[in-house]
Amino acid sequence: MRNYLLRRLFQAVFVLWAAYTVSFGVLYLLPGDPATIMAAGGGDASTVTREQTDALRHQYGLDQPLAQQYGTRLLHALHGDLGRSVQSGTPVTRLIAQALPTTLQLAAAALLVAVVLGGALALLASWTRSGPLRRLLLSLPAAGVSAPTFWVGLVLVQLLSFRWRVFPAFGDEGFDSLVLPSVTLALPGAALIAQVLARSLRTALAEPYIQTALAKGAGRARVLFGHALRNASIPALTLVGVMTGNVLAGAVVVETVFARAGIGRETAAAVTVQDIPVVQGVVVLGAVAFVLTTLAVDLIHPLLDPRITTTTDRTAVAA
Amino acid sequence: MTPLTPPAPASSEPLLDVRKLAISYRTRAGRVPAVRGVDLTVRPGEVVALVGESGSGKSTSAHAVMGLLPRGGSIDGGEILFAGTDLARAGESVLRALRGREIGLVPQDPSVSLNPVQRIGHQVAEVLLIHRLADRPAAARRALELLAEAGLPDPARVARRYPHELSGGMRQRVLIAVALAARPRLVIADEPTSALDVTVQRTILDHLAALTRERGIAVLLITHDLGIAADRADRVAVMSRGEAVETGPVRQVLRSPRHPYTRALLAAAPSLAEPPRPAPPERTGGAPPADLVVAADLVKEYPARRGERTPAPRAVDGVSLRIGRGETLALVGESGSGKSTTARMLVRLTAPTSGQVLFDGRDITRLGGGELRRLRRRMQIVHQNPYASLSPRLSVAEIVSEPLRAFRVGSRADRARRAARLIDQVRLPAALLGRRAAELSGGQRQRVAIARALALGPDLVVCDEPVSALDVSSQAQILDLLADLQGELGLSYLFISHDLAVVRRIASRVGVMRQGRLVETGPVDRVFGAPAHPYTRELLAAVPGGAVR
Amino acid sequence: MTELSIPDAGTPRPGEDVQADPGAAASTAPAQEDAPSRTGRGVRSAGFWLRRPGLVASLLLLAAVLLAVFLPGLLASRDPLAAAPRDKLQAPSAGHPFGTDELGRDLFARVVHGSLLTLQATVLAVLVGLVVGSLAGLLAGYRGGVVDDALMRLTDVLLAIPGLLLSLALVTALGFGTVQVALAVGVTSVSTFARIMRAEVLKIGVSGYVEAARASGTRWPSVLLCHVLPNAAGPVLVYAAVDFGAVVLQVSSLSFLGYGAQPPAPEWGSLVSDGRNYLATAWWLTTLPGLVIAATVLAANRIARALDGEDTEETR
Repeated sequence: MRNYLLRRLFQAVFVLWAAYTVSFGVLYLLPGDPATIMAAGGGDASTVTREQTDALRHQYGLDQPLAQQYGTRLLHALHGDLGRSVQSGTPVTRLIAQALPTTLQLAAAALLVAVVLGGALALLASWTRSGPLRRLLLSLPAAGVSAPTFWVGLVLVQLLSFRWRVFPAFGDEGFDSLVLPSVTLALPGAALIAQVLARSLRTALAEPYIQTALAKGAGRARVLFGHALRNASIPALTLVGVMTGNVLAGAVVVETVFARAGIGRETAAAVTVQDIPVVQGVVVLGAVAFVLTTLAVDLIHPLLDPRITTTTDRTAVAA
Repeated sequence: MTPLTPPAPASSEPLLDVRKLAISYRTRAGRVPAVRGVDLTVRPGEVVALVGESGSGKSTSAHAVMGLLPRGGSIDGGEILFAGTDLARAGESVLRALRGREIGLVPQDPSVSLNPVQRIGHQVAEVLLIHRLADRPAAARRALELLAEAGLPDPARVARRYPHELSGGMRQRVLIAVALAARPRLVIADEPTSALDVTVQRTILDHLAALTRERGIAVLLITHDLGIAADRADRVAVMSRGEAVETGPVRQVLRSPRHPYTRALLAAAPSLAEPPRPAPPERTGGAPPADLVVAADLVKEYPARRGERTPAPRAVDGVSLRIGRGETLALVGESGSGKSTTARMLVRLTAPTSGQVLFDGRDITRLGGGELRRLRRRMQIVHQNPYASLSPRLSVAEIVSEPLRAFRVGSRADRARRAARLIDQVRLPAALLGRRAAELSGGQRQRVAIARALALGPDLVVCDEPVSALDVSSQAQILDLLADLQGELGLSYLFISHDLAVVRRIASRVGVMRQGRLVETGPVDRVFGAPAHPYTRELLAAVPGGAVR
Repeated sequence: MTELSIPDAGTPRPGEDVQADPGAAASTAPAQEDAPSRTGRGVRSAGFWLRRPGLVASLLLLAAVLLAVFLPGLLASRDPLAAAPRDKLQAPSAGHPFGTDELGRDLFARVVHGSLLTLQATVLAVLVGLVVGSLAGLLAGYRGGVVDDALMRLTDVLLAIPGLLLSLALVTALGFGTVQVALAVGVTSVSTFARIMRAEVLKIGVSGYVEAARASGTRWPSVLLCHVLPNAAGPVLVYAAVDFGAVVLQVSSLSFLGYGAQPPAPEWGSLVSDGRNYLATAWWLTTLPGLVIAATVLAANRIARALDGEDTEETR
């Protein structure tokens, strides 16, 4: 177990390093001069004078050889310093730390909604004996993954805020203001969970061990919840792990639609003014989220399925 | 053998009485009948075997008895009277109360029939809990007794295990414990051992027979193996294409079959076929030619998996053998005994860890590149699974002529003619040349694979379980074809099989493998008639069908 | 086949109707049934479409979208850029099926003309993912060893960064515009294409027929061309179809955030974004363009699902 954790920790560090390196490569190596981009601040690059770019270039160390830039930046990153925002001069880490809580709230609420909604849909579709109802339920996720998030948000605002005045349209105060954004952010995830869980439930229900359970005289509830669900939940759980990073990314769109403060708004603003250090910081944050959730999911897997072990030596009873 | 309940008199009320049962499946093409008017009775305490090839409707009938037809299947007519209740018209709640309680099921494949994420003890106790025969602690205690009864050593330990930690045989014992837990009156055993090795098969069947006999439990045994039916059943019903063509006491049916299908099945069943092939082909005059293949001390080790301290055991451990020209050497053994690996080393699809292979007097052990490629013209392989060994996208003509293309033999037209000749040689109609492999039946596919193997005129053909994926009647035809081709072309075969009866039919010499070692070799008559090694004797004793031989 | 398996039925399973051919004569007689007659096939295929109204509607919708891309004038006669302040913010009517925007421009015309940029970006993005990913996967699966390890670790990392964030980083570096957005989105699907291709190459590499080809002395390049590529192409192309819908969404999202084509050129995402200022008064400005996006993605996904083999038992 300890070896496993160490190995996973090493993998996590590797992924983070690689994500940092990839984002460095994308932002600093691609054609386009970072100094010009930053000086222009998303505006017209031709208005920028040579002196301005040179000053910026020097300030951000962009006049140094690339390898050296990479080395210093990576070293700083290891000490928790992701550089400063070009726009405001605030350290990127502080910027993220300030914006993170509201986004975490949103993301957590969205994940919860996605799991509950998606899980309930899949279970209901597997449970019902009515063919038309099952087909209807199973066709919903296809619509869920096809609707653009920003559009869903705007339609919800139109109906629930402007027409019926149930929830506030914008802002980030109180629980009420969390409902529409989290539902909007949750819908694609809920649809995916429903699809994956429904499919794996269907697979599980066709397995011979279900036949064995039926032959014991088990009823529908026992077969579905006692035998099929646990076997079917692993792909869905894996999906939830992968989804977390995407929920964070989805916040860019949702926070823009609902005018909420948070990481997403900061990111959208940073991209608009091409604030490279902030964008890189958010990319690394996304990788951190991914690494943490997949690690958590991998640690839960053995609890669900005894065939998955965290240790390499197995003690099988041979006969 | 002292039955707890006295054996039921023959005139007693049947426990299960199936009358004119008709079942069909709903498909896109409409309703397809699977069972048409089957009659079947099982009296209390009696063992009835339902025999037929795959697709004959035997499993469908059995599942209908439990009310567990697969999706799309429905009962169109007839009655299933179980102790007086018509199960064909019974509601789900009636059926649920009977399943597990009155009718137990021993399923086909133990490796997938236990819930992988639940402990063994729980899965056995579940039956008792469902039918409220015990409370939780009592059910757990009873589960241990049931596991012990099913012949599992150390039941307390086994009960805490998960299915993947047990061997196939142990899992089947667990499933027997599940089926018998509530002391049902009828057990349906659906090909209970077809997924197991022969030696395990026998002990499991013995145990199941003993348990049910002691408790007076009737058994409906579903099997494709006439030998098993002969050994185990009191009465037998033979099914073909959805109909029960013949029913009667087992000896009567097998000794003097009335229906032509039963006769065909008996004739085709290799496990009951008596005469072995005539001894090695006559060597005409002069000194006997040198052996085609001589292997000395072959060893195959696979590297240990990452993270495992001890290296994996040797897959093949010092095997020496020879194959004469025009001769068939069979390698027999259970799965994992190393027979396929040995064969693959002989034709250099796998490199041996150590040892030597001489082909036609030439050391080919370390041959590589172009030399090895040229050697491929002279040695070919026919795989076990004809569904996987033919590319689904190519036509039969393309598949058969692929080796010719690889070696640039002849012009395109020459190759097409050669493909047509090969197809004719394996007794397939020329019309099939344009078809894709996916459109052929299993037997046809295997013929195509044989034609491909013959394309370059090889000296040696390795047949790796070539008939084990086929129905009995197709099996017999493929074996005959192989024998005829050997006569026509003077081929040498290395024939790999786990089925001793198949070997008896095709091979002149046989080698018995166990755990990577060749424990015994010799002429088939000698090895099967007077086995020298205890393992060979065990293997022979385990072959079903002894009762009618 | 995730259906309850029919262990022992005389009925053909879906998709193997001919091979299942049970019974004694299996290997002697050629497959019995002759090709169904022409009329029989026609009736069957009519039935195939009749049972799938959704698929038919999806195909029709995509055909309309393609028409909008290549011949926009045929669908919408009005100029998407012509302002008519007197007609501003009119609700949908016969004259303006999608209503008009704050400058009086016909929204339907803008949606129709916007499809060109949106679909260009989508196709380009899918092509980037398909070509780069397939080549990487082929190389990884075929060469194995260090090349494989390195390429697969790289795809791991690309998968660890949420797709939208990776696209945003690329947009930051490349600048705004339709082509930039397309590249930014295409890169995010490279890893999946690479993995599918690699898995196919590996799977086919150990399949019975490749071993049989190898055992008959066929050379590697020939094996790759005759057996591996044709068999691997299917799943990869199907994934391209599956990816298409997702890419439309990603492209629209970036366009919605304002990183795509710059105004006044219409793009689907930016049309929705433009309408936000009139959310309370002119519902059609956001709702209708968004509906077009959703419908297009839904249609693309439905067709992809059909290609993915959900319907294979009938198409055989």
